[in-house]
Amino acid sequence: MNTPVTVFVPRDSAARSVGADDVADALLRAAKRVGRPINLVRNGSRGMLWLEPLVEVATAEGRVGYGPVAASDVDDLVTGGLLDGEELPQRLGVVDDLPWLASQNRVTFTRIGITDPLSPDDYLRHGGMVGLVRALQNSPAEVVAEVTQSGLRGRGGAGFPAGIKWKTVLDCVDDLKFVCCNADEGDSGTFADRMLMEGDPYLLIEGMAIAAYAVGATEGYIYIRSEYPDAVQTMRTAIEIAYKRGWLGDSVFGSSLDFDLHVRVGGGAYICGEETSMLESLEGKRGMVRAKPPIPAIHGLFGKPTVVNNVLTLATVPTVMANGAEAYQQLGVERSRGTQVFQLGGNIKNGGIVETAFGITLGELVDGYGGGTRSGRPVRAVQVGGPLGAYLPRAQFDLPMDYEAFAAADAMVGHGGIVVFDETVDMASQARFAMEFCAAESCGKCTPCRVGAVRGVEVIDRITAGEHRDENLALLEDLCDVMTEGSLCAMGGLTPLPVRSAITHFPDDFSVKTPSAKEPITTEGKP
Amino acid sequence: MNVALVRDIVATHKGQRGALLPILHAVQAALGCVPAEAIPVLADELNLSRADVHGVMTFYHDFRSAPAGRTTVRICRGEACQAVGAQRLVDHLHQSGLKLGETTLDGSFTVEQVFCLGNCALGPAAQVNGRLEGRLDEQRLSAILDEAVAQ
Repeated sequence: MNTPVTVFVPRDSAARSVGADDVADALLRAAKRVGRPINLVRNGSRGMLWLEPLVEVATAEGRVGYGPVAASDVDDLVTGGLLDGEELPQRLGVVDDLPWLASQNRVTFTRIGITDPLSPDDYLRHGGMVGLVRALQNSPAEVVAEVTQSGLRGRGGAGFPAGIKWKTVLDCVDDLKFVCCNADEGDSGTFADRMLMEGDPYLLIEGMAIAAYAVGATEGYIYIRSEYPDAVQTMRTAIEIAYKRGWLGDSVFGSSLDFDLHVRVGGGAYICGEETSMLESLEGKRGMVRAKPPIPAIHGLFGKPTVVNNVLTLATVPTVMANGAEAYQQLGVERSRGTQVFQLGGNIKNGGIVETAFGITLGELVDGYGGGTRSGRPVRAVQVGGPLGAYLPRAQFDLPMDYEAFAAADAMVGHGGIVVFDETVDMASQARFAMEFCAAESCGKCTPCRVGAVRGVEVIDRITAGEHRDENLALLEDLCDVMTEGSLCAMGGLTPLPVRSAITHFPDDFSVKTPSAKEPITTEGKP
Repeated sequence: MNVALVRDIVATHKGQRGALLPILHAVQAALGCVPAEAIPVLADELNLSRADVHGVMTFYHDFRSAPAGRTTVRICRGEACQAVGAQRLVDHLHQSGLKLGETTLDGSFTVEQVFCLGNCALGPAAQVNGRLEGRLDEQRLSAILDEAVAQ
C-alpha cells in the first residue's frame, strides 16, 4: 500500500482561478493524514473547464477524474477512497473515456492536461521533439513544402496559409531573419493560446525552432500579453530548461541550426495583437499599425524578413512534421484543412476547449459540447471569432465551422472563440460596446477607426434614443462602409462586423429604449 | 526617485533589441510606476527624445505615472464576462465606493477594467494583485478583497 499514488491537479490559471492551488494543498495534507504517500503532478488543464478543479488519480483502469473538487471536499474524498479511484459523488470515471473528450480530435492539444508541462522528459515520452528532429533531417525548402502541403492556415484569425508565408521568408536573402510568435491573445472568448503556453510550452518552442530552421532565422520572440502572467512565467522557465537540454541555442540537437528565443511582455494594448503593431511594440515603440505592403515576411521586425505566426499555428507545426502533411491534410473540409481549437466561453454550461476537424457545425459546438447556457435560459446570440466577429442567432446554428462558409455568411471563424449569450442580452448594447471597444483600443493611426468608432457610439445612442431612427440607421450603415473599406487594419475594418450582424439578426433591439445607467468604458488619458 | 536605480535597470536591459518596453516594465516593477522624473533619464540613457519615451509609456495601458493602491483589482469586461454578469461586479464595487480607473484616497485599492483575462469559460473573471479569479459573484469578490486587505 505504500507505493506513491500519482495524483494530478492542474496548474492552468483557469483551474487556479477556481481554487486548484487550495485543492492541491488540501490533498497533500489529507494524504499525509491517512498515511498514503502521493506523487502530486501539476498538469495542464484537460480543457473541460466547467469541471475545474479536476483532480485525476492514476489507477489500474486509467486516470480516474473527480470534479469539480473544492478544497473543503478533499478530506471526505480522500477518506472515501479517492486515492484508490473509488466511487464517490464527484467521480467522473476514466477521463480519457469521457465522451466530451473522447469524441474530439486533439492534434495540437494532444498532450495538454496529460503531462507535467515543465517536464522535458514527459515531453519526450509523449512524442515531443519528433517533428523537430525530422525537420532537421530535411532541407529547409522541404520543411516549407511539407507545411504548405499540409494546408495549415494561420490560427490567429486571418487564416493565411502558413507555408506560403514561410516560403516568402525563406526566399529572402538576409543575414538576419526573425520568427515572432504572436501570443497577444486579446480577443474576449479566446484562451487556447494561454492554455497551450501554460500546458505544453515545449510544443511552442519546438514549433518555433522548426520555423526558424525552415526559413533560416536565428532569433525568435514570443510576444505575450501582460494579462497572462502565468503563461509568461511558464514560457520563461521552459525556455531556460530547453537551453540546458540543447533544444535552443547553438547547434540545436547537434544540427546546423542556431536559434535563440526570447519572451517579451506586452503593455496591455489590444491592438498589439495586430501583427505589424506587435512588431512596432517589439521594437520598443508605440504599437501603431504599419501600412502593408511591405509585408512583414519581407520587411518585418527591424526591417528584416520575419515570420509572424500565432501560438496555435506554430504549435501545430511539430505534429505536421512528425506525422507528415498527408495525415493533417486528411482532416477538415474544403480549404479549411486540419483541426481547429474551438473555445467555448461566455454563458455556457460546459465551457472549454473542443479541438476537432473543421466542418463541425456551430450548433453541434454550442448545444452539443456546450450543453446550452449556464443560466439555463435559451441561447439568443453567439459571437464567433472575438470582439471583431459577428453575432449569430440560433437560425445560423447549422453553419459549418469553415473559413469560407463563415465568410459567405458575413461572419468569421477567426481564432475559433465562441461566446454564448442567453435571452437577456441586449444586442444594441453589444453593438455599442463593439464601437466603444474600438474607440478605446484603436491605435489612432487611421481616421476611419480612430474617429469612426467614436461617431459609431454616438450614432447608436441616437438610434436607441429614437432620434431620427431610420436616418441614423442609414448613417450607421454608411459609417460601417467607411470603416470596413478605409481602415488600415482589422481593428477598424472588422468592428462593423459585430455591429452590422447585430442590426441584421436582431433589429428589434435597436428600437427606442431608456438610456442605460451603465458605467461608461473609461478612455481617459489614453490615446 | 532613485536615478541610479533607473540607470542600473537600463544597463541590465540595454543589450536587448528594442529594449524600451522591457525597461519600462522593470522600472514599474521596481518603483511601482514610471514617474515623470524617470522619462528624461530613460531618454538620455537610450538616446531617444523625451517625447519618444513619453509617447511609448502613455500608449500602453499598463504603465502608470503614479503608484497603484496596495491592492489592484482588474475586472474583466470582455464579451464573455459580460454574458455572465460582469456588470454586476462593477456595480457592486461602485456601491462599495470603488470606481473604475480610480485609486482610493487611502491608497488601499486601485480598480481597473480589463478586456479579457483568458478565463472566458469561468467568468465573470478578475485579477486581484496579479492572481486570476473565476466564477465570481458579489460575495466572493468581497471576500477576496477582504482577504487581500488582511494580507
